[in-house]
Amino acid sequence: MNRYLIAAYAATWIIHIAYLATLVSRYARLRREIEDLKKSR
Amino acid sequence: MKKAFPILGVVTALLLTYALYQALVVAPTEQTMGDVQRIFYYHVPSAWTAFILFTINLIASLVYLATRKPDADIVALVTAEVGVVFCTIVLVTGPVWARPVWGIWWTWDMRLTSTLVLWLIYVSYLVLRRFSSGGETPMLAAALSIFGALCVPFVYFSIWFFRTQHPQPVIGGGGSIDPRMLHVLLINWLAFSCFAFLICWSRYRLEKIQREVEQAHAMQSLITPRRDR
Repeated sequence: MNRYLIAAYAATWIIHIAYLATLVSRYARLRREIEDLKKSR
Repeated sequence: MKKAFPILGVVTALLLTYALYQALVVAPTEQTMGDVQRIFYYHVPSAWTAFILFTINLIASLVYLATRKPDADIVALVTAEVGVVFCTIVLVTGPVWARPVWGIWWTWDMRLTSTLVLWLIYVSYLVLRRFSSGGETPMLAAALSIFGALCVPFVYFSIWFFRTQHPQPVIGGGGSIDPRMLHVLLINWLAFSCFAFLICWSRYRLEKIQREVEQAHAMQSLITPRRDR
């Protein structure tokens, strides 16, 4: 298979996965913040 | 609504897999470019998805400017962010496709340059949202998004107005396409649209919770000094 084709498809999924990873990490940070808020009340 | 999210997630994953199979296996090989033309099935749907997201961003921004509803502001923020992700894919897959076909990675042609400008406008929109904390930030961002959205039709029709190396638009631009290729293109667009919707939904929920947490923090900081007295 053409290497440019592989590069384009791989780049697409790397970008999507990287963005999804930032969302997951933001969710995790938010969950920690909520826990801290609950503890401090 | 909570049940719909995982169902849509599974449907989207299946659609994306099917679309990938269609793009790599079922779609006919283009005679001049060969296999590299299959980049088209990711490049074009990503561009269309980005354009739709930027259009929703414009509508949400206008609604926010008219009503000051926080939900409209969240929709504007979310669609801009996900739109930038899809626009980034367009700007990455385009040069990867151009290199073997045109012999160059990039040229300052009107379609390519205007797409880069569009991407920069929305990146600046996100930078403004990220680093400005004043109460007028959503309003300024909404105004900026109007300029960004004005760029969308310019990017799409730039091929008509200027001499460019970029091929004509597939739909509504006088370009012709094999019906089997069009079928695969539309399947990929559907798959990417569902994926974009899923990410937007997830990001919307995240932003909602984040704003509630920020409000709770603000309330707590108001209450805490009184306890100290």
